[in-house]
Amino acid sequence: MTWTLLDRCCEKCTHSLENPCPDYIECRLSGPLCHDDERCRELRRRRLEELRYGEKGAKIKVPMASCTLAMGAEAVYRAVEDSVKKIGLEATVAISGCYGLDFIDPWLELAAKGMPTAIYANVKPSDVPRILEEYFVKRDVGGAFALKEKTGAAKGEDKVPLLSELGFWAKQYKWVSRNCGVVNPESLEEYVASGGYRGLSRAFKLGPEATIEEILKSGLRGRGGAGFPTGMKWRITRQQKATPKYVIANADEGDPGAFMNRLLAESDPFRIIEGLTIAGYAVGANQGYVFVRAEKPLMAKRLQKAVEEARRYGLLGKNILGSGFDFDIEVILSAGAFVCGEETAMIAAIEGKRAWPRQRPPYPAEKGLWGKPTAINNVETLAHAATIMAEGAEKFAAVGTEKTKGTKMFCVTGAVKRVGAYEVPIGTSIRTLVEELAGGPPEGVRVKAVQVGGPSGGCIPASLLDLPLDYETLQSAGAIMGSGGIVVIGDENCMVDVAKFFLTFTSAESCGKCIPCRVGLRVMWSILDKITRGEGTEEDLQVLRQLAETVRSASLCALGGTAPNPVLSTLRYFMDEYLAHIREKRCPALVCRALITYRIDEEKCIACGQCALNCPASAISKTEGGKYRIDESVCVKCGVCYAVCPVKAVYKVSGAG
Amino acid sequence: MGKLEGSDEVGVLPDKVFEGVPKAPYGLLEALRRVQAVYGYLPPEGIRRAAEYVGVPFAQAYGVATFYHQYSLEPIGKYRILVCMGTACHLRGNSLNIEFLRTFLGLKAGRKTTEDRMFSVEEARCFGCCGLAPVVVVQKPDGSNEIVGRANPRTLRALIERYRRQERGGAK
Ligand SMILES: Cc1cc2nc3c(=O)[nH]c(=O)nc-3n(C[C@H](O)[C@H](O)[C@H](O)COP(=O)(O)O)c2cc1C
Ligand code: SF4
Ligand code: SF4
Ligand code: SF4
Ligand code: FES
Ligand code: FES
Repeated sequence: MTWTLLDRCCEKCTHSLENPCPDYIECRLSGPLCHDDERCRELRRRRLEELRYGEKGAKIKVPMASCTLAMGAEAVYRAVEDSVKKIGLEATVAISGCYGLDFIDPWLELAAKGMPTAIYANVKPSDVPRILEEYFVKRDVGGAFALKEKTGAAKGEDKVPLLSELGFWAKQYKWVSRNCGVVNPESLEEYVASGGYRGLSRAFKLGPEATIEEILKSGLRGRGGAGFPTGMKWRITRQQKATPKYVIANADEGDPGAFMNRLLAESDPFRIIEGLTIAGYAVGANQGYVFVRAEKPLMAKRLQKAVEEARRYGLLGKNILGSGFDFDIEVILSAGAFVCGEETAMIAAIEGKRAWPRQRPPYPAEKGLWGKPTAINNVETLAHAATIMAEGAEKFAAVGTEKTKGTKMFCVTGAVKRVGAYEVPIGTSIRTLVEELAGGPPEGVRVKAVQVGGPSGGCIPASLLDLPLDYETLQSAGAIMGSGGIVVIGDENCMVDVAKFFLTFTSAESCGKCIPCRVGLRVMWSILDKITRGEGTEEDLQVLRQLAETVRSASLCALGGTAPNPVLSTLRYFMDEYLAHIREKRCPALVCRALITYRIDEEKCIACGQCALNCPASAISKTEGGKYRIDESVCVKCGVCYAVCPVKAVYKVSGAG
Repeated sequence: MGKLEGSDEVGVLPDKVFEGVPKAPYGLLEALRRVQAVYGYLPPEGIRRAAEYVGVPFAQAYGVATFYHQYSLEPIGKYRILVCMGTACHLRGNSLNIEFLRTFLGLKAGRKTTEDRMFSVEEARCFGCCGLAPVVVVQKPDGSNEIVGRANPRTLRALIERYRRQERGGAK
C-alpha cells in the first residue's frame, strides 16, 4: 500500500479515529505539526508530487461526468488504458470531474514531470495512441487544445495557448468550481491536498456563533433561487429551542438547462459534504440529508461515495476532528418531481409523504423536517460556505455587487457556440456571459431573447443583454435568478411557442394542491394553444394577463407564484409576435404548425428519398419528374422531412395550406 | 435481479431486494425503486411490501408511488425511451423526435407502451447534458442507460432497428 496524505506520517503522530487530532487537516499539508522530522516532511512533499504526476512521473486524467460520458469518455478511458499498455508507458490513469465546457467533450489531460500539463479537446478513442505518443514519447504538445503552464521544455509550446489566456476561462472567477475538472472526485486525499476541509477545521476553531458571523460577513446569499442570506438562515435555525435540528442539501436541480449543481456534485462532491457539515455544526444539527434529482443519478453516486470516504477518515461520525461534534449524512435519490425542489415539498418527500408544499410561515428554520428546526440550502450555497470558511469572508466579498457578494455558476445553453457552465462574479452582464464566454450564436442565427431562471424565469429581449445578472435587476426585468440557467433563444424560435412550452412544463409539474396553480396554468396553456393555432383574439390576451396575475398572487408555493413569468415577460417584450398570430394568423418564425405549410423545392431536391422514407404520414411521393413532392392534404406537419433532408430542399411557408 | 418478463403476475419478491435500504420513511423512494427494478413497474403488492419495510401506511406509499414521474403503475416496455423535454432539447427538436417515435412505433394517443411491450416512449425532464441537445435516454433491459445526444429521426430510427435486431438475434 502506498502511503497517502491521509495516513499518519510516523509513530509519533497521535491522531486516530478514537482520539482525533484537531490539527489533523492542517497537518496533512504543512505538517508534521506536533513533532519535527524531516522524513515526515519529505513524505508529504513526495506524495503531493505523486498526486500531480502520478506514482511513475506521468499522469493521464480522463473526465468522468454525465456529459463527458454521454460523449464517449468511457471508450476514451479504455483506449487510454490500452495505449498505455501498448506503448509500455509508465503512467497513472485516473478519473477527474469536468470543467463544464461541453464543447471540448470528451477531453484528456496529460501531465509529466518537466512537461507543461496539456489538455486535449474532443478526443476520439482512435486519437488516443497518437496523442499519448506525441506527448510522452516525442515530448511534443503542439496538438494540444491548451496548456496549464509553459515550461519551455516541450516541443510546440508556442503554438498552444495557455488555458488561463482563453477568453472563456480568463473571464471566469473560479471560486466554488475551482476543483471541477481538476481533482479526482472520488478521492478525499486529492480534496484535502487541494485545501479541502480547511473550512471545517477553521469553523471548529471559531465555534458555531463565529462561524455564522463569518458567513454573514461574507454576504453569501442562497444560490438556489430566492437569494436569502445564508448566515441569517443559519442563525434563525440555531436560535430555535426545539431539538433535534436538521440540515438538508438541496440537490434537486430541476430547471431544464441548468446543470451547475450536477457538475459541482459530480466533480467536487466533498466540497458539498464539507459545506453541509459546517452548516450542521453552525446550526447545531447532528444529522444531514442530501436530496438528489432523479434524472441525475451519478450526482447521487458521487455524493454517496464522498459520504462513505468522509466517514472512513472520521470527517463524518462521532467527535469529528476532536471537536466533540457528531454528524452524519444520508443521500436520497428522488424519483422525479420538479416540485420537490421547493423546500417544504422536499421535507415532505424525506418524511416519506407525497411531496406537497405547505404554507410558509412557519419556515423550515422554525418547523422543518419532522416539525423540527431545519436549515435547507442549495448545494452551491453549501460549497460556497465551505470555501468561504477556508479562504475567508473578505476574499469572497471582493467580487460581486453592493447587494450580492461573490460569484455564481451559470449554465448557458441553446443558441450559443460554447454551451457550458461558467462561474462569474454576480453582476456580470448577460452579454458577457452569452457572447464572450459562450461565444455568441452559431453562424446564421441571431439572438432574439434569453430566458433566465428556468421554466419560471422570464424572457429578456436581446436589446437588454447589457443587464447585470443580479437578483434585483432580473426581478425588475420580469425574470428571476432561479438556479442560474440561461437559455439563449435564436430567431428561428417563436416566442408564443416558447411561452407555451414553459407552461406545458409548469402545468405538468404543478403538484395540484392549490387551485390557482393547478387550474389557472391549464387555462393559460389553452389560451396560448389557441393563439398558436391562429384562433386567438385580442380579448384572449386580456384574459391571459389577468389569469397570470391571479396565479402569481394566489398560489401557495413559488412554483405557481413564478410560473406566469414566461407569459408575462413575452407579453411585455414580444407583443408583436402575439399580434401576428392573432391578427394575421401568421407565425413570424414559422414554428406554429397550424400556421405553416411544408413544401419541397424541386430545384434543390436531389431525389435521395430520405424524406419519403421517414415521413410518418406517407405524405411524400415521387413525381413524374423524378423529384419528390408533399401531398398537403395528408401531411401532418411533423417537420421530419425538414429535419432529414440533406440539402435543405424542404422549406416552410406561411399559411395553413 | 431477474425481471418477470411479460407477466402481470406478482411473483415473490426476493428477500434481498431491500438490502441496504434504510428502514425509515426516507428510504421509501429507494424501496419503491427496487420493487420497480424487479417487476418493471409497481404492482400494489410490491408497494405494500415497500411500505411495510420502511414503516409507512400503504395508502401513503401508494400516494407517493403515483406522485413521481419515474414510477409506473402499469407495465412498461423492455426498452424505456425517455425523451428529454427540457428547454434546450425542446428548442433543438425533441418535440419532433417524440412525435416521430410515437408514430414510428405505432403508439396511439394516450398509450406509452407498444402492444408487444418492447418499447415505451415517455417525456422526461432535463438530464443536465443540455450541450448535447436534443437528448434521448434509453433505459435498457440490463438496467444500463444509453444516452443519445444530438438525436434526430434518422438516428432514432436506426436505434430502434438496432434494438429490434438484437431482440430477434437474442430470441434465436
Ligand atoms: C418549484 C421550486 C423548485 C425549486 N427547485 C430548487 C432546486 O432545484 N434547487 C434549489 O437549491 N432550490 C430550489 N428551490 C428553492 C428552494 O425552495 C429553497 O429556496 C432553496 O433550496 C434554499 O436554499 P438557498 O437559500 O441556499 O438558496 C425551488 C423552489 C421552488 C418553488
Ligand atoms: S402553487 Fe402549484 S405547485 Fe405550489 S402548492 Fe400550489 S399547486 Fe402545488
Ligand atoms: S412534415 Fe411530416 S407529415 Fe408532412 S410531409 Fe414532412 S414528414 Fe411528412
Ligand atoms: S430528403 Fe430532400 S433531397 Fe432527399 S428526396 Fe426529400 S426533398 Fe429531395
Ligand atoms: S462538459 Fe462537463 S458539464 Fe458538460
Ligand atoms: S434540456 Fe435536455 S438535457 Fe437539459
